[in-house]
Amino acid sequence: MSSATETVTLADVCAAAIADSFKDDGEIFASPMGLLPMLGVRLAKLTSNPDLVISDGESLFLAGVPPLFAKGDVVEGWIPFRKVFDVVAYGKRHVMMGATQVDKHGNQNISAIGDWAQPKRQLLGSRGAPGNTVNNRTSYWVPKHSGRVFVERVDIVSGVGPKLAKEAGPAAARYNDIHRIVSNLGVFDVKGADDSVRLLSVHPGVTVDEVREATGFELDVPADVPTTREPTTEELVLIREMLDPKGLRFKEVPHDG
Amino acid sequence: MTKGPRDKQISIDDVVGELKDGMTIGIGGWGPRRKPMALVRAILRSDLKDLTIVSWGGADVGLLARAGKIRKLVYAFVSLDSVPLEPNFQKARQEGTIPELVELDEGMFQTGLRAAAQRLPFLPMRAGLGSDVLVNQPWIKTVTSPYADGEELVAVPALHLDVALVHLNRADQHGNATYLGPDPFFDDLFCMAADRAYVSVEQVVDTAGLTVDTPVQRLLLSRMMVSGVVEAPNGAHFTTCTPDYERDEKFQRAYAAAASGSDEDWAAFSARFLEGDEASYQAAVAAFKEEQA
Repeated sequence: MSSATETVTLADVCAAAIADSFKDDGEIFASPMGLLPMLGVRLAKLTSNPDLVISDGESLFLAGVPPLFAKGDVVEGWIPFRKVFDVVAYGKRHVMMGATQVDKHGNQNISAIGDWAQPKRQLLGSRGAPGNTVNNRTSYWVPKHSGRVFVERVDIVSGVGPKLAKEAGPAAARYNDIHRIVSNLGVFDVKGADDSVRLLSVHPGVTVDEVREATGFELDVPADVPTTREPTTEELVLIREMLDPKGLRFKEVPHDG
Repeated sequence: MTKGPRDKQISIDDVVGELKDGMTIGIGGWGPRRKPMALVRAILRSDLKDLTIVSWGGADVGLLARAGKIRKLVYAFVSLDSVPLEPNFQKARQEGTIPELVELDEGMFQTGLRAAAQRLPFLPMRAGLGSDVLVNQPWIKTVTSPYADGEELVAVPALHLDVALVHLNRADQHGNATYLGPDPFFDDLFCMAADRAYVSVEQVVDTAGLTVDTPVQRLLLSRMMVSGVVEAPNGAHFTTCTPDYERDEKFQRAYAAAASGSDEDWAAFSARFLEGDEASYQAAVAAFKEEQA
């Protein structure tokens, strides 16, 4: 059976890295899109930041911290879509979104691939990315780091990075806060030279060169790149025995990485 | 003898009879949730064309796009949630069959409806600044704050609708209507942004029945916002209509498979489900359900 002495998996490392993205947020609405972000946010709420406000992804604020996709027992608020928009504008929110493409300057694309007028591949549309990125803290989760995702320039700017926000003027830059990009290879921010993506840490067993090779633009790499921390024993127990006993996380980040 | 407010109950076909080619039609709900699908299906069967559709889109947009009904689409996303990418919408976009497209941020979309509901030309907002929403929609302008901050914000244009179509759980015959699920979505805004609004419901009840076991806060629509009421049980199928029913995932998978399959696959799906009236649709869905059980 699972125990903390088992080998730490890459999915566990990613969950802890995502949790760390939310640890200094204080009492705000943590909005994870997707499975690993949901796991990471709930892990943060159980460890580094118990003040986080979390939802069921539908319309309820949950007082407790249920396992992934389980129904919450105690409800502490109501957050239908119209109130989500209110909180976006209010600013007390940190969203971690997916990204079909993310570029050198931390712009994100979930709209379409190719030319917007007649795309090669239509994706979701911009959703809330334009509004999120000029209103509240925004991070991205990329489960398969590759040169197809990390591109020189996104085809369509859905989420706005700091360089474009500054170019768009003070109203756009004022609350633009692209906090972290967490992938299956490492952790990044957008505080490199000329507001570019910068490598903050590589996951255990991953080299800086491997990250460079899997990135389609010139990454800002500091002289000293630490290794992403491994989850603590407490975190491993919470992940394996409480939050994700079924191992759903391995669907996004398989055992072999 | 005292008179009460008028009875607005009409049929699905009466609603479609009120629609004209080229109209701007807002469709309530959200993605694959509480969509007025019976009314959308009736539009599919009609000769209506060149419509401007305004929707946080799900299969409503996919079906209307596949049927070639859309001249212009205003959207922020089109998704079926458990099937993230709507295959009919994807196909229409990739083949370039929708002549005009307005892709907005999903919050801008709400602001545009709110501006129309308040009879304003625009409302200011940050969303859109720096993104390709403004690059691809160069007609959307910014506005400079007249106050000391001088911030340049997006002047989100009013999304005025000729007609709004929404689906709720219960209504009385006058158009007062309640939602019983977790989220009102924006159906009140759609109705207020429109010249005329038609609400389909699972069940028409008498006025007193609306609040007999339901908090008054769930009365989302007032009759003054509503032109017609249609009783259409299972009328949001295959989208969610909590607590009356959840999304029909099996049917949605069959829809998505047909939509992303060959032209023959789609023709077969269409012949089986979409070419008859609402009663034959519901009968075909019941038969499908039995087959799958």
